[in-house]
This record gives sequence, structure tokens and C-alpha cells, in this order.
Amino acid sequence: MEGFIHQIISGIATGGIYASVALALVMIYQATHHVNFAQGEMATFSTYIALTLINFGLPYWVAFVGSFAISFVVGVIIERLLMRPVANAPVLTSVGVFVGLLLIVNSVTGWFFDYTIKQFPSPFPDKALFGGFVSGHELGSTAVTLVVLLSVYLFFRHTRLGLAMRAAAFNPVSSRLVGVRVGWMLALGWGLAAAIGSVAGCMVAPVVFLDPNMMSGILLYAFAGALLGGIDSPLGAVLGGFMVGVIENLGGAYVVGTELKLTLALVIIITVLTLKPSGLMGRKVYSRV
Amino acid sequence: MRTSWLIAIFVVLLAAIPTALFSGYHLFQMTMVVVYGVAILGLAMLTGINGQISLGHGAFYAIGAYTTAILMNSWDVPYWLTLPISAVVCAGVGFLVGLPALRLGGLYLALTTFALAVAIPQILKHKLFEDWTGGVQGLVIDKPDAPFGLPFNTDQWLYLFTLGVAVVLYILAINLTQGRIGRAMRAVRDHAVAAEAMGINLAMLKTRTFAVSAMYTGVAGSLGAIAVAFVAPDSFSVFLSITFFVGLVAGGAASIGGTIVGAVFIEFVPNLADKVSKAAPGAVYGVILIAMMFLMPQGAGGFLYGLWRRMVRLGGK
Repeated sequence: MEGFIHQIISGIATGGIYASVALALVMIYQATHHVNFAQGEMATFSTYIALTLINFGLPYWVAFVGSFAISFVVGVIIERLLMRPVANAPVLTSVGVFVGLLLIVNSVTGWFFDYTIKQFPSPFPDKALFGGFVSGHELGSTAVTLVVLLSVYLFFRHTRLGLAMRAAAFNPVSSRLVGVRVGWMLALGWGLAAAIGSVAGCMVAPVVFLDPNMMSGILLYAFAGALLGGIDSPLGAVLGGFMVGVIENLGGAYVVGTELKLTLALVIIITVLTLKPSGLMGRKVYSRV
Repeated sequence: MRTSWLIAIFVVLLAAIPTALFSGYHLFQMTMVVVYGVAILGLAMLTGINGQISLGHGAFYAIGAYTTAILMNSWDVPYWLTLPISAVVCAGVGFLVGLPALRLGGLYLALTTFALAVAIPQILKHKLFEDWTGGVQGLVIDKPDAPFGLPFNTDQWLYLFTLGVAVVLYILAINLTQGRIGRAMRAVRDHAVAAEAMGINLAMLKTRTFAVSAMYTGVAGSLGAIAVAFVAPDSFSVFLSITFFVGLVAGGAASIGGTIVGAVFIEFVPNLADKVSKAAPGAVYGVILIAMMFLMPQGAGGFLYGLWRRMVRLGGK
């Protein structure tokens, strides 16, 4: 029983990371109806930036915020340079550009920071809490993820800019008519998604160690989470991310073994898409023929 | 009609020349070009002509390769007999994957196949199948010698064998895509609703296209396994699937001839780029992908075809 509870708790901890990547995916999907295949790679790159800043001698949290800010700027630049021209292109074109972006970011990461596996520090004390159920890092990273998710929620709900961004995603034409700069809102969304990715990267790196392909598995779980919750619902994506984390941990421990964890993500994706394509909280899309 | 046959025979003869000119490693590279050509051809029928985007064709390539390796290793099946078996297996798997794929629009299909590509090495490594697949170690298989005492060495015979199979597959593919079914496939890609109104059974056509596409890529995997004489889970990572996708886009998604351009591209460009840095092949692929999407959406094949058309028009005047 104790092992079971422990599995659930560490599932929630990793689920938080999936939840933030899933949220980043959904934010871009809502605004542009594109799925960013490079989200994981971008997050890995941000994590390397954080590590570089730490190696310069900056304190952890300064590096953390620095990487957040740099990722935001990089995200905005990528949207402006690469995504703007293909905004209304066919799906094959946008998938091509995203896969290209994935390859470029991945090899740039390898080029700059080397392919060796690196350790990444955790800002939280390395000791077991609450009678060994939770490690310091698990608790800390869950808290950080929750703070990020909550502030994103507050930002979208209670600020003028957040409202404008939601409007731009929901109905670009009308938003433009009332004076929202839709193009910049999309770029801001990209920046935010990249910045959230950097948080997820920094939180997961101490657990899985840092190498250029660190996020490829995590991206898959985030996809699964986003689909499970409904790809056009941010709240759904967050819940879906947490659920996938728990499912993955329990499945890995009791059902399929750790070797087939990625296959579990595939199974979740296929199950959701065949049984309930709109996800748990997503809107059903009806198309008129 | 007659001239087109002459051209085909001419191309085949031209393609057979390398047996005389190259040897060893270079001939092996040519063999791999042919193998990748067939693999990309499978992808082109699905993605280019039928409009279903797959980022996971490396999985079918892997299944084909493993079918051949296991048959040769555990049951001593002769190498040429593994091809039809692997074709049937891959077509079956493709059909099954195609069933849920029916429900998925372009983007979701790309996502699901991407997930399949990420997951496949894990499945191949799993201890449940270890007796057959050899686990992480993979399987080593014997390279075939030329039969009937033909005066070729192993590399030459492998090249000719692969080329022969590929020529048959290409002719079949051209016939398929230029006929009634090919038109139906294009119609589904361009306007699914209109195609359905014309009496095309959407579900049947899409799943069958998926099966044929998986079969082609699977047979390519078998040929590749025979040529490399070795299979291991980690050679079928998600990067392989992405490589096929890059080859498809570089050659031109909907062009049959372009698949060869794409195959040449993915065989030789990484080798050249590797000399610069370990990171360079990925970067080159990425830059090429994005550049193609922006500048040459029809791919190199479509671009050359357009050039050809223009020259013919000029010559006709």
C-alpha cells in the first residue's frame, strides 16, 4: 500500500511537468491550430541556458528567471521569423516547418552544449519528507509547477493583455476590428509557451539528467495529456498532464514494466483519439459540409 | 507508350551500371539509395498522394527489417522468400494502424504516427520478444551470395537484387497511382467530401492506402536488413522516421520520381555533413525542410518537372 501511495505521489510530481508542457502545447494549438513538435526541444535548449547561467556563478533562481526570460524572447523571435509565413498554409507545410524546427533546435543544442549527459542541480533539499513518501525535489517541483499554472490562469483571466490574447485566439477577425494586435498576441503566446517549457525543463532535468534528447519522451506524455484533457482546453490539458503522470507511474510499476512506458503514451493517445477525440474537457468540433 | 517503356529500360540499364563502376562501400551506398527510394515511395503514396501525414514510417521499416531478420535467423527462410512474407505482415500492421487513423485529421495522424515512431525501439527491445529479436543486441544475418554461379560478388549481387525488386515495386506504384485508384487517392486528398459524393468509399480507400504504403516501406526495411546484414532496435529510432519525412519533402511529396531524389539526398547529405560536425546532419535536414516549405513547396521533383514542362513548351514553339 505504501508503495502504491508513493507511486501516485511521484506520478503527480512528474505529471506536473507533463501538465506544463501540455499547457504550452495547448496555448499554441488554441491560437494557431498548429501542434508544436519542437516544444520539447525548445524546453531542453532553455534548460541548457539555465545550466550555463548557473555555471557562470549566478544563483539558481536568478538563472531560472534568466532562462525564463531568454526563452520568452526566443519564442517570440521564432514565431515572427518562421511561423508567421506559414500561418495559413496546408497541414503538411506546417508539420514540415515544425519538424524542421525540431531538428534545428536539437542539433544546435548538441552543437553548443555537447552530447554528453550532464547533471542539473535541484534547488530543493535532497531529503525525504512526510515519512519518506515525498522527496524534497518532488514536492518543490510540484509547487513550482502549480505556481506557474496558477499565474498563467490568473494572467489569462484577470489582465487586459490576457483577455486580448484569448480574444485573438478565439476570433482573430473581430479582435482586429476592436483594436487587438492579433499578430503580436500570437507572438506573445509563443513566447509564453517557450517560457513555460523552460520551467518544465528545469524541473525535470535533475530527475532525468540533461542531454539534448531529454524531452522527446516528455513531449510524448505531454501530447497524451493534452489529448486526454482535450487539446483546446487549457484546464483539461493541465488535468490530463497530471493524470498521464499518475497513469504512467502506476502502469510502469504494476502493469507493463518500465521498459514500455513510452508505449503506454502511445496507447493513451490512440485510445483517446478513437474513443473520445475531443478529450475529457474539450469542445466537440462540428464541421459543416 | 512505346517510348515510355524505352525510357524505363534505359533507366534500369543506367541504374545497373554502378555494379561495373563502383565496388565495396560505394556500391553499398547505392543499394541503400534504392532501399530508401522504396521506403520513401511508400510514404509518398500515403502522404503526398493521399494526403495522410505520417511521421512514423520508420516503424514499418523496422517491422519489415525485423520480419526478415527473424525469419532468416530462427527459421532459416531464404532471404528472397522473406520479402513477400514481410510485405504481408507490414500490410496487415499498416491496415490495423490505418483503422484508428481514419478518425484522425491531418495533424492528429501526424501526432499518432510520431508517437508510434518514438515507441517502436522500446517495443523491439522488450523482453517478451527477446528470444526472437535478440533484445538490445539485435540480430546478425548472413549476406546472400549470387545464385546459379553468376559472376557477381556479394555486394554486386545485393545491389542488382535490390534494384530488381525496386523496379518491380516502382512500376506497380506508377500503375497504381496513375489509374482509377490513384485518381481516387488524389481526390480524397484534395476534397474528401466531394470525393465521397463521387462514390469513393473514403474509409476503405484510406485504410487500404495505409496498408499499401506500410507494405512498401516494410519491404524496403527487409531489403535494408539484408543489405546491412544486421538489425538492432536503436537503428530504428524516431530519427529514421523523420529522415524519411525529410526525404519525402526534399524530393517532392506527390512525385514518384522525386522519391529517388529524396533517397539520394538522405543517403549522401548526412555523410557529407557529418564531416563538419556530429550536429550538422540534423541542422542541415532542418534547414532544408524549412527552406523547401518556404521556397519549393513542390519539392525538387516538382521543381524539375516544372522546369521540364517549360523546356518542352519552349521547344514546341
